[in-house]
Amino acid sequence: MSTTTAPRAGEQPATDEAGPLLEIRDLDITFNTSSGPVHAVRGANLEVYPGETVAIVGESGSGKSTTAMSISRLLPNNGKVTGGSIRFDGKDITSVPLGQIRALRGSEIGLVPQDPMSNLNPLWKVGSQIDEALAANGVAKGAAAKQRTVELLEEAGLPDAECRAGQYPHEFSGGMRQRALIAMGLAARPRLLIADEPTSALDVTVQQQILDHLDTLTAELGVAVLLITHDLGLAAERAQHLVVMYKGQIVESGPALQILQDPQHPYTKRLIAAAPSLASRRLVSAKDRGAEGEATGSGDGGAAPVGGSDAPAASADGGAAAVAATAAATPAAKAAASDADTSGSGRESTGTDADIVIRAENLTKVFPLRGKVPWRSTPFTAVDDVSFDLRRGTTTAIVGESGSGKSTVAQMVLRLLEPTSGRILFEGRDIAGMKGREMMALRRRVQPIFQNPYGTLDPMYSIYRTIEEPLRLHGIGDAKSREAKVRDLLDKVALPAAMMRRYPNELSGGQRQRIAIARALALDPEVVVCDEAVSALDVLVQDQVLHLLNDLQAELGLSYLFITHDLAVVRQIADRTVVMEKGRIVEHGTTDAVFHGPQEEYTKRLLAAIPGGSIPLAGSETIEVDVDTDVAESEDARAEDVDPHHPLGGDPEDPFTGAGHV
Amino acid sequence: MRSDQTARSLRPAAEHFVAPLDETPLQKVDAVDTTATPRSMWGEASHNLVRNPVFVISALLILLLLFVAAFPGVFTQYDPTKGDLSISNQPPGDGHLLGTTRQGYDVWARVLYGTRTSLTVGFFAMVISTVIGVVIGAFAGYVGGWVDEVLSRITEIFFALPLVLGAIVAFTALSNGVGTVTIALILALFGWTNIARITRGTVLSVKYQDFVTASTALGAGRLTNLAKHVLPNAIAPVIVTATVNLGVFIVAQSTLAYLGLGTGSVSWGGDISDAQPALRNNPMMLFYPSFALAICVLSFIMLGDAVRDALDPKARKR
Repeated sequence: MSTTTAPRAGEQPATDEAGPLLEIRDLDITFNTSSGPVHAVRGANLEVYPGETVAIVGESGSGKSTTAMSISRLLPNNGKVTGGSIRFDGKDITSVPLGQIRALRGSEIGLVPQDPMSNLNPLWKVGSQIDEALAANGVAKGAAAKQRTVELLEEAGLPDAECRAGQYPHEFSGGMRQRALIAMGLAARPRLLIADEPTSALDVTVQQQILDHLDTLTAELGVAVLLITHDLGLAAERAQHLVVMYKGQIVESGPALQILQDPQHPYTKRLIAAAPSLASRRLVSAKDRGAEGEATGSGDGGAAPVGGSDAPAASADGGAAAVAATAAATPAAKAAASDADTSGSGRESTGTDADIVIRAENLTKVFPLRGKVPWRSTPFTAVDDVSFDLRRGTTTAIVGESGSGKSTVAQMVLRLLEPTSGRILFEGRDIAGMKGREMMALRRRVQPIFQNPYGTLDPMYSIYRTIEEPLRLHGIGDAKSREAKVRDLLDKVALPAAMMRRYPNELSGGQRQRIAIARALALDPEVVVCDEAVSALDVLVQDQVLHLLNDLQAELGLSYLFITHDLAVVRQIADRTVVMEKGRIVEHGTTDAVFHGPQEEYTKRLLAAIPGGSIPLAGSETIEVDVDTDVAESEDARAEDVDPHHPLGGDPEDPFTGAGHV
Repeated sequence: MRSDQTARSLRPAAEHFVAPLDETPLQKVDAVDTTATPRSMWGEASHNLVRNPVFVISALLILLLLFVAAFPGVFTQYDPTKGDLSISNQPPGDGHLLGTTRQGYDVWARVLYGTRTSLTVGFFAMVISTVIGVVIGAFAGYVGGWVDEVLSRITEIFFALPLVLGAIVAFTALSNGVGTVTIALILALFGWTNIARITRGTVLSVKYQDFVTASTALGAGRLTNLAKHVLPNAIAPVIVTATVNLGVFIVAQSTLAYLGLGTGSVSWGGDISDAQPALRNNPMMLFYPSFALAICVLSFIMLGDAVRDALDPKARKR
């Protein structure tokens, strides 16, 4: 698409050449809820100048989407602008009749919604939906609209656009749908495009392609973009101007790089410190801070009190006592053994097979998929010949995009799925043959934590019952000792014991996830399988949970199998990284090796796609981190490995991690 | 990143705004509200219920109906089964609050005693049908595979049989010796299908939730999971349907009694049937039992509605 056909924005000068395209002054938005009015946005000020990209960054509930939606008056029915003004192109549109706003929607202010899966009507062909947008804005009709639709789809980067326009949304992948939505948002050549988390539902490589494309497209057309995102790295990479929102207020706004490198407000500092994509290293646990070399040694010390607290429980039950004793004793012994092997390279041990707590050998899982005829299924290989080791007291991360088979691997390790071929060895024993008591013992020692904090706790169970359930199931202790254990576990995950009597619906996502961690730890497991355990959480909460997991690892000598799509998180928590693509392992090695010297094209692409990964954080070491000081300290600890000024440790010659994006 | 020189120049000097700290005090990350009172799903539901006028009205009506069913003698001194032809077709008043029927029965007494028959049949039929429905639905949904296929087909066969028609056939086959519990059994036999279908559906949606998988990974067996996690989370819509079903069974019982298929005990359906020939001269004879029936059924359906609102996750705030 060339800019000659309809570059309305480019040719038509703004009424006031110097003035902002969008100007929001002292905006107040109030929601009327059954529990009284909620001030979702208070005194917000922001401007968007023609042609620039402004990003609003904030956690969920910060009011960022509400602010953006109020511009084209798309607030829910119980939401109202109760103060301040919104001026678009010099004209106050705060209280003009709805008809005038409608005229602006699409033609002047475009919208790219968040969820590409639900924002296209599944009953309509994609092309017809864009035709409709064109007709509604009086751009084109009939055959002309069809022609234009194809051009728009091509422009949005859809190959074979003519054919694609005739397809239904279910025939599109997530990325393709988002391209179609972008085409729709830009169909009438608006002067302002509001993109509300346009890529948060997409894989990182797709996200990068889409945002790159959106960048070039809006630059070419001179469209101003108001980008709403929770991802500070992404915002800094894509926008010239940043607006940080916190609890309904704008706490800081200014030029993107300036904010990133010299944040003033404590909340912004906190966000930057927590953003995994910006300045991250392997986290250092509370115990290990300042004494990195003794990492496994202090893990040793942490394991002992756990065994102690378990002792009264175990003695109450004769059968379980022996199991509990060995379970408590082995990690300490093995950790000590691995300590002897540990060389100067931190946690990564080159130890013997005895350290390997879980070994997957040539795992393959084939699912029968419904074929063209119902009685003949086509085999689908979800996991193809995957082998890896998990060493005691360390974290192995399995990274991949959606459909890479990483979660299937986790399910097989947990023995929730049986592998089609290959085996999983737990301390050298094949778990496939385990039955009865042996299986129960394995269940105690390998525990999962799942992604969705809203699905992981039974809503009918109180927190106490949730955490107590595993103890009760395994017949450990009596009511009194179980309660003591629940208190102890709540304390471990930094939640007040008063929370015991509450129910999951009263808790935030992060708190639920911490409860899930407490439940997983109730049986003193050795291995915890974290399946996207922090992916659904806000960045600060995610940071908190990651630190918690890391501290628990050092304290209890846990081994983590960490399944995630988020490479930035991997860098923070993992010792070894396994990169999966389409069911196969493409790269495998220590986290440092994978991040600093990726061998495979796919890994390189994944790394390059981390938003904000290429932004130099000049001030990263000097940031006063009031939450915790891990980032700065861990950097010192590993200063010899990596360039502290370059979060990715990027080789300047490496086109993927170099500063080419800035 | 975009290097848009024109855009840069449009914005006046790159201002850097920082909100004063005291305006938005920084809170602890993910702070826990320790002051809130614990509230379980049922606690919250009952909290919502007592504030719902529909619930309060229907609950009061049902309590009144239950009391009447248990102690009808409190409200009248007449025996509803003793007709006195000498006082046939009396108008209201003169000791007979609502007058008498052609056979000389006291209408008020018959309306009161009819409550007992309706509620007993309705209640038993509801309990039996819910048990059958929940067991079949839960197994179909939870076990899946061929068990589901078989149970679902059986459910569909029963679903295709109209409740009243099936009951009429069953009655005719039994011919005599039909007691209250037998009617309830027959109604339940043809009325469990909607419970089974709803249970199957909710069980299917609950069984793949993470908390069930987590429980499996903790070592819980399949039946433990079904009883401890799946069923408790699937039961809410079943309760709603069962409440509405109770009303439906009361209507069905009255229909059968109207058609002359009854236990012989006093029943609104039978009275409606008896009042029909005298409809022109004495329409109120038909009105009283019909009104009682309508109030009774309406209260259960209203109750079901109110419970549905209280249990609906979308209606709940968090």
